Amino acid sequence: MARHVVARVADVPPGSRKLVTIKNREIALFNVAGEYFAVLDRCPHAGASLCKGRLTGLMSATGPGEYRYSREGEILRCPWHGWEFDLRTGKSCAEPNRLWIKNFDVTTAKSDEIEGDVAVAEAPAGEPEQLTATTFPVAVEEDWIVIEA
Amino acid sequence: MIDLGGIDCDIHPTVNSTADLVPYLTGYWREMVPMRTMGMLDLASYPPSNPLSARDDWRSANGRGGVELAKVQREALDAFGTRLAICNVLYGGPVLYSDDMAAAICTATNDWLADQWLSRDSRLRGSIVIPTESLELAVEEIERRAGDPRFVQVMVLCMGEMPLGRKHYWPIYEAAERHGLPIGIHAGSSYRHPPSSIGYGSFMLEDYVAQSQTFGAQVASFVTEGVFEKYPGLKVVLIESGFTWLPSFLWRLDKTWRGLRAEVPWLKRRPFEIVRDHIRMTLQPIDAPDSGNQLERVIDQLGSDDMLLFSTDYPHHQFDGDAAMPDLIPASLRRKILVDNPLQTYPRLQEAFA
Amino acid sequence: MSVDTLERVVETTVDAGVIDCDIHPAPKGPLGVMPYLPPRWQEHLKRFGNNFRQPFTGGMPYPRFGDGNRVDARLPDGGYGGSDLAFMQKQHLDANNVAYGILQPLAPNAQSQRNLEFSAALATAVNEWQLEAWCRPDQRLKASLVVPQEDPEASAQEIRRRASDRSFVQVAVAPRAIEPLGRKRYWPIFAAAVESGLPIGLHVGGFGGSPPSGSGWVSYYLEDHHSNAESMQALITSLVLEGVFEEFPELKIVLIEGGFVWLPALSWRLDKHWKTLKAEVPHLKRAPSEYIREHFWFTTQPIDEPQKPQHIRETIDWIGWDRILFSTDYPHWDYDDPATALNKIRMSEAERRMIFRGNAAALYGLD
Repeated sequence: MARHVVARVADVPPGSRKLVTIKNREIALFNVAGEYFAVLDRCPHAGASLCKGRLTGLMSATGPGEYRYSREGEILRCPWHGWEFDLRTGKSCAEPNRLWIKNFDVTTAKSDEIEGDVAVAEAPAGEPEQLTATTFPVAVEEDWIVIEA
Repeated sequence: MIDLGGIDCDIHPTVNSTADLVPYLTGYWREMVPMRTMGMLDLASYPPSNPLSARDDWRSANGRGGVELAKVQREALDAFGTRLAICNVLYGGPVLYSDDMAAAICTATNDWLADQWLSRDSRLRGSIVIPTESLELAVEEIERRAGDPRFVQVMVLCMGEMPLGRKHYWPIYEAAERHGLPIGIHAGSSYRHPPSSIGYGSFMLEDYVAQSQTFGAQVASFVTEGVFEKYPGLKVVLIESGFTWLPSFLWRLDKTWRGLRAEVPWLKRRPFEIVRDHIRMTLQPIDAPDSGNQLERVIDQLGSDDMLLFSTDYPHHQFDGDAAMPDLIPASLRRKILVDNPLQTYPRLQEAFA
Repeated sequence: MSVDTLERVVETTVDAGVIDCDIHPAPKGPLGVMPYLPPRWQEHLKRFGNNFRQPFTGGMPYPRFGDGNRVDARLPDGGYGGSDLAFMQKQHLDANNVAYGILQPLAPNAQSQRNLEFSAALATAVNEWQLEAWCRPDQRLKASLVVPQEDPEASAQEIRRRASDRSFVQVAVAPRAIEPLGRKRYWPIFAAAVESGLPIGLHVGGFGGSPPSGSGWVSYYLEDHHSNAESMQALITSLVLEGVFEEFPELKIVLIEGGFVWLPALSWRLDKHWKTLKAEVPHLKRAPSEYIREHFWFTTQPIDEPQKPQHIRETIDWIGWDRILFSTDYPHWDYDDPATALNKIRMSEAERRMIFRGNAAALYGLD
């Protein structure tokens, strides 16, 4: 496992998301109310891109007809069949013991903690099929998002 | 004659006419029922003369099956070496539109069953017939019978006014669970709705085949409404439903649930697992080819040895001769189907069988 | 900065391209087919709109999750999934190497309208819209001939009027009609279809007025969605028992989006009880399962997912590998992707080719 710089903090404000690539694996990065989550982008069911899915809260119930709502924005619904995954743990809401998506630790780092240039693989807006590997010189003082993978 | 030595979970002592029930009515209804020409409350689902309703060799002189105690004893019980049999009376009480009339006929039906059948052969047990659509009166009838250990189940018809899992019906399940009584859903329709989602067809055969589809809808209803979350001790038995449709039905229910979990968030497990724990099915009819390994495959697909309960469905015509338990049923399951699963499902039977 | 471009690799299951037997084009907005209606019906559509056997003017009585489509099928400008040909080509037809796609227009719903004249006007408008907005600009796309099904004579006329345009590959009838489709009142539709050499495509849906189960109205979309499989079973029962295939021995029926894993059990049940009650249906000369084997095809989506995929293979073995037609249901939420949907089912190359292309090509005359 190694730490990869994937984006500037400024590029992923609260409520936004970004598709990044680490070692040819696509990873969906989310900022939920200031907290970062990252999961492998591919849904284990049929391979849909999870980065396109809707974020909801946790729909639960204490009993039939007794609805509860919590954890706003922390549940990721696959954009195709609606399978729900808990962003914190990667586990499926329906079958947590059997189904999950790989999740990754996300931290931030200041530029002076980073050696050399940063190679960031990202898709231009609206062109998810075109992944472009871009290299940025790290000279300016900035905050960066780091994923351990 | 064969000696299976089992528990038959579906036989049909049959009301010959409403005149049989009149002695069990009192006061107002004793006067009204004969006066209003209610002599024939046979269910449209089982017209007495139609070939399914009775096997020819099981008919009495008047053309009806299941109306004579001696014949039932000889043909349903002795012929198979049956040690206990559960009587499911199919008559019009539950489907009458007037609540009070329905309740009166149901009470009389249960009284008739107890007096004319259960008291006359110690092998016989009964299902409590209830005015399903009238909740208070239905619960009253359950409370009235629950103290009689010969009543082992509460029976409703497959096609009623609403899907059975809906909260509207929950007082029935509360009472049943409290008394340790399974809910038996028996094939048949109240005809409050067309027998399928595509409208009224032309033939009785069509309606009969359609029963399995609505049994599926009832399974889905019980599961998705969370009946078993609320009543974890409840068991539901599908009676005369067929069973070979169930595995493929549940594959789809599981798949759909995975995407729509949030609509019914009280479910903690996938539907197939819930069904394995709470739902049972009687053996007849066996909707499978007479040869080959298809039946064994489907039973394997159920993924559980606990779900099938032996039945003959006497006097309905589901098999010829004494082929109630065909050789195609894997030998390793026979004892479970004949004895263990019925005893597990109907705790009130255990004492008699010990 | 140095830039390398990484192309997304798309697996194709059949080199010559798959045939997708269920794609849903959508009009641009509720008045999207307006240009195809004569003025009298344009007025009617604007002022009165839909008149169905259900409580809402346009919404679904069992609301879907989201808008019913894949989230990523929404157009970049916010438009409804399936309403733009260019986006459909890019996201689906090109990306998934679709050689032919069979259109199933679900909205506007012409078939279930209670006003029969409006039903007929809308049906022919939807047919014209399919041709002009979809089939002519993209030759891969084939149309389903929508008919005002509760007026079978008008339906027969629409079929005869349109059938010579070979962009139409089947007649579209909704399973939830007022009566089961096997009933004689619908037979003029079958006669016209057979005359024209067109199969009937029955895609789940319709508002016939009957509840989704024989015991009334279910509570949840989950239940309603599942009940489509039960509707298909009732449909097969009706078509077979009414003797439709004795009267129309060349008729072919495609059941779309109803699944197929229930078919063996239904066939066994039909055969068994037909033996007991056959005196009620003396017009049947053969066992129900024989009619089923000869006259029905089934699309794959939504493919079932039992714990043991082997069970699906066994089911297809029983039904016949030549009866199964691949479909995606693009752009709906329960879409099946050609690259992944059937991967768990062990198949030979020949079987794969039949399902993904050969069977549909033969049935619809596409190669």
